Amino acid sequence: MMIEVNNVTKVYGNRKAVDNISFSVDSGEIVGFLGPNGAGKSSTMKMITGFMPPTSGTIKIAGYDIIEDSIKAKKHIGYLPEVPPLYLDMTVEAYLAFVCELKEVPNDKKKSTVDKVINEVGLKDVRKRIIKNLSKGYKQRVGLAQAIIGDPDVLVLDEPTVGLDPKQIKEIRDIIKELGKKHTIILSTHILPEVSMICDRVIIINKGKIVAVDSTENLTDTIGKSKRYFLKVIGSVEKISTTLKGINGIKNFKSKTDSKENCIDVDVETDVDHDLRKEIFFSFAKQNLAIIEFRPVNYSLEEVFLQLTTDEEVNDNENADNIQKGA
Amino acid sequence: MKMLTIYKRELKSYFLSPLAYVLVGFLLLISGYFFATFVLSTQYALMSPVFGNMVFVFMFVSPILTMRLISEEMKNGTDQLLMTSPLRITDMVLGKYFAALTVYTLSLVISLIYPLYLKIYSKPDFGPILTGYIGTFLMGAAFIAIGIFASSLTENQLIAGVIGFSILLLFWIISWLGDVFQGTAKNIVDNISLLQRFNNFQNGVLSLNDVVFYLSVIIFFVFVTIMVVDKRRWS
Repeated sequence: MMIEVNNVTKVYGNRKAVDNISFSVDSGEIVGFLGPNGAGKSSTMKMITGFMPPTSGTIKIAGYDIIEDSIKAKKHIGYLPEVPPLYLDMTVEAYLAFVCELKEVPNDKKKSTVDKVINEVGLKDVRKRIIKNLSKGYKQRVGLAQAIIGDPDVLVLDEPTVGLDPKQIKEIRDIIKELGKKHTIILSTHILPEVSMICDRVIIINKGKIVAVDSTENLTDTIGKSKRYFLKVIGSVEKISTTLKGINGIKNFKSKTDSKENCIDVDVETDVDHDLRKEIFFSFAKQNLAIIEFRPVNYSLEEVFLQLTTDEEVNDNENADNIQKGA
Repeated sequence: MKMLTIYKRELKSYFLSPLAYVLVGFLLLISGYFFATFVLSTQYALMSPVFGNMVFVFMFVSPILTMRLISEEMKNGTDQLLMTSPLRITDMVLGKYFAALTVYTLSLVISLIYPLYLKIYSKPDFGPILTGYIGTFLMGAAFIAIGIFASSLTENQLIAGVIGFSILLLFWIISWLGDVFQGTAKNIVDNISLLQRFNNFQNGVLSLNDVVFYLSVIIFFVFVTIMVVDKRRWS
């Protein structure tokens, strides 16, 4: 276990920013930390990195308690905070050399380490420039370079792509994916596609509580207890609905006339346990209903996220409970 | 040695900006002016009034020298790098303290040119000059300790500067109270007054008592700074 978080709570004044959360991250995993603004992501990361002690609960990094054994634990951590911690008056090289000393890189390896991280995050063109004059994207890269100096086992990245342009975002994501081959990474974001693109596992947090923990695929697949399909059918709405009612295991369906293509769009929800695609196909064929499109529908992370983090709808709460039990 | 890492970066940062040059230059300009006018007008080969002036000017200069030390780290978020690195808070505070002290010492070293002049053109008594330098150094070191403490209190540099200056002013004013009070009260006030003890150094008296007093003030404020930085994380 690279990161172990046990019953951690953080209270600011009388507000609970993080409310009794527990999770662990295996060595080599990339875990996404997902939640709306103010959900407690940054607070949790600040506690994992030892910047801020928890009000209660314990955190272990590579087996060392972040409070009791803080110096040993911190040797295993690279941290990129929300705003990269840069000394604006230094050049990129000088800054990275300073970080090398902080992270106890031996003197004879200092130069090669700086060269290596500069290559890894693509800072070659700006290595002699003063950080103050760099663009936001480059500053973010210097922040990332700083975090990976000394090859820490654990990388904690707080919204690593925020505020960058699409090209830079893609580049930073590629760098993170590459880093994920050697490091355990925990990254926070409120951009959902980012998570499905980079992470093995997602922890969804809202109002300081963990709402769901699952692999990226499972989370989108198994939300609720149903599978969803989308069909385009040539025929009439009535005929379709009687046909579907005749099939066992269909939980719900909605049909809508698509006047453009002169057909009917049907959303079908079925049990998870049964694959009803064959039955649906043959029943429709028997009724002379031509299926011209038939595909499974995954809940997008956006949908999952909204379902899990908004508690207005009763139905959604049930789903959230299920996920939590499943995790 | 992590303290050295912090020390080097901090010192470089002083000289990357015009700040250190301006402050050292200003200190030397004022003390040089007083030295020249005093020596020329009195024809005495004495340094003691110059020490008094240097300390007085440094009371205004030291808050500017120290106000950014810790507050700037908090403002820029660079404390997040330091506090999540395998680095002790003590090393961080001491590294910064010694960097500021080095800038101050540099101006003292350059000011050694004054006694050199006296030596060339006259026969000065080097005893009081030596104790005067020791006193001026210790006094400045205490000012810097108070300044770094003020800097740890807020992430706003300007407020840190004002707090630092206010504390220094308070210490200064206390010595005036010594003349108002009598008996035990006067004793206490004289004992905690930074200025009263400085007079001893100026007059060529070097007592362990005074040295220990200044060292205690320095250690006290540096220690409290470490506590403040550490405590802030828990709040």
